[in-house]
Amino acid sequence: MTEAFEILFTASFWVAAIRIASPLIFATMGELICERAGVLNLGIEGIMVAGAFSGWFTVYMGGDLWTGVLVAALTGAMFGLLHGFLTVPLGLSQHVTGIGITLLASSLTYFTYRILLPEVTSPPKIEPFQPFAVPVLSDIPVLGPALFNQTPLTYLAYLSVAVVAFMLYRTPVGVAVRAVGENPSAVEAQGISVTAVRIGAVMAGSALMAIGGAFLTMSAFNSFFFEMINGRGWIAIALVVFGSWRPGKALIGAILFAAFDAYQVRLQQITGGVIPYQIFLMMPFVLSIVALVVVARRATYPKALMIPYQKGER
Amino acid sequence: MRLEPRPSSSLAASILWPAGAILATIMFSSILVMIAGASPFTVFYLVFKGAAGSQFAALETLTRATPLIFTGLAVAVAFRARLWNIGAEAQLYLGAVMTVVLGTGAVTLPSAGLIPLIMIAAMLTGALTLLGPAILKTRFGVDEVVTTLLLNFIILLFVSMLLEGPLKDPTGLGWPQSKRVIAEAQLPRLIKGKRLHYGFVLAIVSAVIVWVIMKKTVLGYEMRAVGHNAEAARFAGIPVNRVIAKTALLSGGLAALAGFSEVAGLKGNLTLDLSPGYGYTGIVVAMLAMLNPLGVIAAAIFVAGIFVGADAMSRSANVPSYIAEVMVATSLLTMVAAIMLMRYRVRWR
Repeated sequence: MTEAFEILFTASFWVAAIRIASPLIFATMGELICERAGVLNLGIEGIMVAGAFSGWFTVYMGGDLWTGVLVAALTGAMFGLLHGFLTVPLGLSQHVTGIGITLLASSLTYFTYRILLPEVTSPPKIEPFQPFAVPVLSDIPVLGPALFNQTPLTYLAYLSVAVVAFMLYRTPVGVAVRAVGENPSAVEAQGISVTAVRIGAVMAGSALMAIGGAFLTMSAFNSFFFEMINGRGWIAIALVVFGSWRPGKALIGAILFAAFDAYQVRLQQITGGVIPYQIFLMMPFVLSIVALVVVARRATYPKALMIPYQKGER
Repeated sequence: MRLEPRPSSSLAASILWPAGAILATIMFSSILVMIAGASPFTVFYLVFKGAAGSQFAALETLTRATPLIFTGLAVAVAFRARLWNIGAEAQLYLGAVMTVVLGTGAVTLPSAGLIPLIMIAAMLTGALTLLGPAILKTRFGVDEVVTTLLLNFIILLFVSMLLEGPLKDPTGLGWPQSKRVIAEAQLPRLIKGKRLHYGFVLAIVSAVIVWVIMKKTVLGYEMRAVGHNAEAARFAGIPVNRVIAKTALLSGGLAALAGFSEVAGLKGNLTLDLSPGYGYTGIVVAMLAMLNPLGVIAAAIFVAGIFVGADAMSRSANVPSYIAEVMVATSLLTMVAAIMLMRYRVRWR
């Protein structure tokens, strides 16, 4: 029992927790931007698959790691553009379109993988991002290595939270994004195009989701394999609700969630097969549902979420 | 640009836009085929031949269409009432679990008793699986899309646990698979020596029953009213939450029948690869059918044809069979756009 408790005070546990949190942070921030602009993006799961592959493949073909991240982001933004075009000016069901984007992005990725790498049996590897210890800060006991001895992509994940929060609350662009998610006609009355703001937000959000996918192939692991996103996109959607559509709260949610995930892996090792391993693997998904139920009553959705906007209609 | 509703439904628009959607899908897949270094004409000919070019191919397509009719119906029923059931995959698997629990010797009855018993039990299991998210939606306001999606992962892990535990076939050489269902629990083959089974007939009958429910009963009317405008339906005195719960039961039950029919009609036992995403493909089927229960039959056969045909094609031409998934996803997106453009007119000002 004490063994199960002591885990919480080991640096390696928190290092793992932050590593697990990183792709979720990107994905959650991406989904948060889309939803704050009033567009649910269920394309997230597929966009993460596409980002994971395109970033990794760029590096595999000899590209720089950061070029890979950029390619992943652009890939995500393209799928975001498609989702935005279909749901904003055309006003299609955001649920159905999102599922369609996920099916399209993942199947296109698998198709492309098979064409580009027809002969491979075991997935080829790249040289991924390496941990970089931030001087001084990484010497803090336990938290130092966890927070500040990670790969540059994890630092980019922290940065994305700060940038998203700053953009949303401190810049005119952010005001416009939040406003199209709450009261689009008021925005249109200001002479700003709701369509443009929403599509822009969905593209930016989708780019972040794709970087979240790329984190897996370029930082957490070093190769691309099928099914590697494994529901992380759906969990990010739950985390956005859990974080009440606020970047800071969503960040805390992502870290808590990841800590729980890292904990169950270690608990699994301690219990040594007494409890079926599937129970542990289920935990993150069960936890997401529980979290949704707990916060649902006081959740304040962006008012225009999932409501298509038509100029001149009220 | 803005959309304005067409004053009356235009025949030209209702033909041209869906035709355009199919054309766009074919064009896009042709580009991919050419990137893969093959000729689109050859590839599409091979897909068509593999899906319908022989008696074997056609029967294989109908066999593959069977679970898709069930999951397509499940989605069509739910989406009609705006209950976004993305969890048909989970309901399918639990239907299959129930089939194996009752059908591998635990209950011994003649076929005429055992099969209906298993069907009812499987439907109940699937129905209750969706009732959970439906209640979370109506009682707590939890979005059912996310809960049903997350449940898919939970249930698949649960099935994996069962197949390595209580449901494991002791003679299965360590593979995570269940025992085979007994002869009395099996759905007979439609044609001797072929794979097509009575599950297909059951699927057609289900589609007709669902069509009757949707068009001719009070429940169907209420479901459509709730889907059209829940607030207005509530105002008109329709018990919205109860209608959503009933929709969930019907939808989950239908999806579970897909699992039942795959185990009892085709595979004989339960493995973790029973469904290659039939629950998700059911969404495409339902949308292609414009949520019409009878249209689901045609849409399921069409989608199954693409999958079966692409499998056959990829064996002879050097194009990955994932082209089928791409085509199905593209057709979903183009078709929902086409349906919108059938009903609304684009104004560029």
